[in-house]
Amino acid sequence: MGELLSAAGEAGRLIGGLDPKLTEIVLLSLRVSLTAVVLASLLGLPLGAAVAVARFPGRQPLIVLLNALMGLPPVVVGLLVYLILSRAGPLGHFGILFTPAAMVVAQTILIVPIVAALSRQVIEDAWQEYHEQLRSLGAGQFDSAATLLWDTRFSLVTIVLAGFGRAAAEVGAVMIVGGNIDGVTRVMTTAIALETSKGDLPLALGLGIVLLSLVLGLNAAAYWVKEAAQRRYG
Amino acid sequence: MLPLVLDQVSFTVNGKTIIDRVSVEITEGPRTVILGPNGAGKSVLMRLCHGLFAPTSGSITWQGEANGRKRQAMVFQRPVMLRRSALANIVYGLKLAGVSPRERQLRARDVLEAVGLENVADRPARVLSGGEQQRLALARAWALGPEVLFLDEPTANLDPGSTREIESLIGQVRASGTKIIMTTHNLGQAKRLGDEILFLADGRLVERSLVSQFFQQPASAEAAAFIRGELPWS
Repeated sequence: MGELLSAAGEAGRLIGGLDPKLTEIVLLSLRVSLTAVVLASLLGLPLGAAVAVARFPGRQPLIVLLNALMGLPPVVVGLLVYLILSRAGPLGHFGILFTPAAMVVAQTILIVPIVAALSRQVIEDAWQEYHEQLRSLGAGQFDSAATLLWDTRFSLVTIVLAGFGRAAAEVGAVMIVGGNIDGVTRVMTTAIALETSKGDLPLALGLGIVLLSLVLGLNAAAYWVKEAAQRRYG
Repeated sequence: MLPLVLDQVSFTVNGKTIIDRVSVEITEGPRTVILGPNGAGKSVLMRLCHGLFAPTSGSITWQGEANGRKRQAMVFQRPVMLRRSALANIVYGLKLAGVSPRERQLRARDVLEAVGLENVADRPARVLSGGEQQRLALARAWALGPEVLFLDEPTANLDPGSTREIESLIGQVRASGTKIIMTTHNLGQAKRLGDEILFLADGRLVERSLVSQFFQQPASAEAAAFIRGELPWS
């Protein structure tokens, strides 16, 4: 208990004093996971809307697949991305293994199914309500998908944040494709794993606190934005 | 675009016949009211005419042509408002109809004024009252300048005051040269707004009469029973 308290105190000092090492790790984490969530949204939201609105052969298996992929184990994604990006792999000539770019790729793959599957559900529910009206006004499938993406925007914010939470909190994929190189690819989760095994509990705990508050703060913000917007727009 | 001709139109879902060999020619001029007990197929018949459903057998033609989608609009029992301003809801319909951006704004403003909603033009459509939303739905359809306007129980969810407003607006739409085809539960409304009655029972077109004749001496036993049963409630 005493050890935990002193570690917590030291962690507080590191955060309060904006310790350069801790700051660097936090900023890299944010850069990687925010880039991944932006890319995953650009891919996943239109995919979700398309699957919600379009009717095509193989649609139901695709929905099952997307839902299943939400549970992708990060280490497996890490391994696959590692194989693809390694020197001998099909995309090895890009030379991005063990760089933040590789970590962005891995996290994007990890959260595209989350964004796509959850947005598909939200947009399909809205589609039930809207489709006769939209068809009556002459909207095609493309118009309908775009309209529904905009009309469900408040719910989609929550989904995108769930994706961000998943990206920022996962350790397996970034550990494998990033390599946890100090000052280059060390992010919060990999640093926590390393510092804990080294016994540097204050830094590990400090990073843990930052990670938790970050995810908590973002979700609180999203919740209030959504509430306020829904009161305003109905 | 009229006459609208239905030739032996049937509509079957999962082996259940909803519309059973309906043949009718709907002409310009008289306001047509489709009456019938719950489950008679009124709404489905209207959706078939509007092109939201395709008949299982038989044909629906507008002036001899199969595609009449362009110059017709529909108002649903429950208005579906997009999550944007009242004005933007009307602009949206005009945009899908291919109206130029400048013209859209002008026409949307005009029609909002015509239905008495100019003071809520910039309010989010979904926070308007039920009566206001239905007036907005009517405005959105009217803005398209339809030759034929379908109304599916347009006042079923409204209080008497809002019902009067909608009825008077339907009169204005009609005065602007639009053919009105509507369903209603309310026999008083059928008398006020209709010139001719199409009476449906069990998916079949049982009777077609002028309003005065329909209520005084219905030609079919089904219609007579319907009027007797409904009158105390109208």
